[in-house]
Amino acid sequence: MSETPIFDRLAALLRDEVPVALATVLDGPRAGAKLMVHRPAVDEVQVEGTLGNNDLDRVVARDALGELAAGRSGLRHYGDHGEAREESLRVFIEAFAAPPRMLLFGAVDFTLALVRVAKVLGYRVTVCDAREVFATTQRFPLADEVVVDWPDRLLAEVGPDLRRRDAICVLTHDVKFDVPAIVAALRTSVGYIGVMGSRRTHEDRIGRLADVGVTGAEMARLRSPIGLDIGARTPEETAISVMSEIIALRTGRSARALSDTDGPIHD
Amino acid sequence: MREILKDLERWRRQGQRVAIARVVDLEGSGPRLPGASMAVTEDGQVAGSVSGGCVEGAVVVEALDVLATGDRRMMTFGYSDDEAFAVGLTCGGTIHLFIEPLDW
Repeated sequence: MSETPIFDRLAALLRDEVPVALATVLDGPRAGAKLMVHRPAVDEVQVEGTLGNNDLDRVVARDALGELAAGRSGLRHYGDHGEAREESLRVFIEAFAAPPRMLLFGAVDFTLALVRVAKVLGYRVTVCDAREVFATTQRFPLADEVVVDWPDRLLAEVGPDLRRRDAICVLTHDVKFDVPAIVAALRTSVGYIGVMGSRRTHEDRIGRLADVGVTGAEMARLRSPIGLDIGARTPEETAISVMSEIIALRTGRSARALSDTDGPIHD
Repeated sequence: MREILKDLERWRRQGQRVAIARVVDLEGSGPRLPGASMAVTEDGQVAGSVSGGCVEGAVVVEALDVLATGDRRMMTFGYSDDEAFAVGLTCGGTIHLFIEPLDW
């Protein structure tokens, strides 16, 4: 058992963006007892703290890892010794999943604005462009990572780790970057692939993608032209339009004005 | 807690006593999801939020009491006819908070 207080250990893991779950007993004489669990390696589980009973610790650690994988925080009920069918103890499991990722291809002015908005929303942001004059940390101080490389080569490396909550935006406007980047993006499981360009550029690109074997079903995954129709003109307005589209796609909501709809605002 | 981590760490370094309130459960429509958190220092500084501003004032009062007594507690904010004039959520949902001292 480490002697460092559990909050300090938690803070250190969160600073390093390590996924971690914290369980807290809410009832009874052990209210406030804490158990923290994370995976230092794929096949390794580290448990710190105790809820006061070995069996309870084992069951809650298992459930906490499940919640962490699902990226969900919530209340669970147990017996005093972790019995699943009893309800004497309430335990709150807070999952601190790794932040979602945003990959921005093309180091342009629109990218700069998108980095800022994505950071506000808690994304871990990577800017990638093959042109080293443009892809610099001086130009993108808020980005977590600036990579000088071809997007498809970056995706060959990190693509397999991307999930539904992650997003890719192709902002290059240049077919020699766009086409391989889009093809590589379609091989990932990201929930959002936005591609910038006018309707004409989009039509032209559709043709080029078809030429390299991209199917109609795959093209349906592309959000192009990128963003919601809010009349955005500046890079900053466009960034808001794109992020709004990403949120609406994730939640499955209509993106219409709430004043024009009824029904619950929050699910 | 991630959003208020820097404040928590700073207050802790300064030796301030801090109470944390976390949303642990939500019924119906609510503005913030489980895990939303708010911290209150003994001299009344506040970071974070647990609702859209509906109940934060009441949480500060309760958090200061938690610091004074050291007693962790659950607290529920909702809206019913009985509570029409009490502190509630304007959106009609119910939130359950757990408030405790940051002594761990």
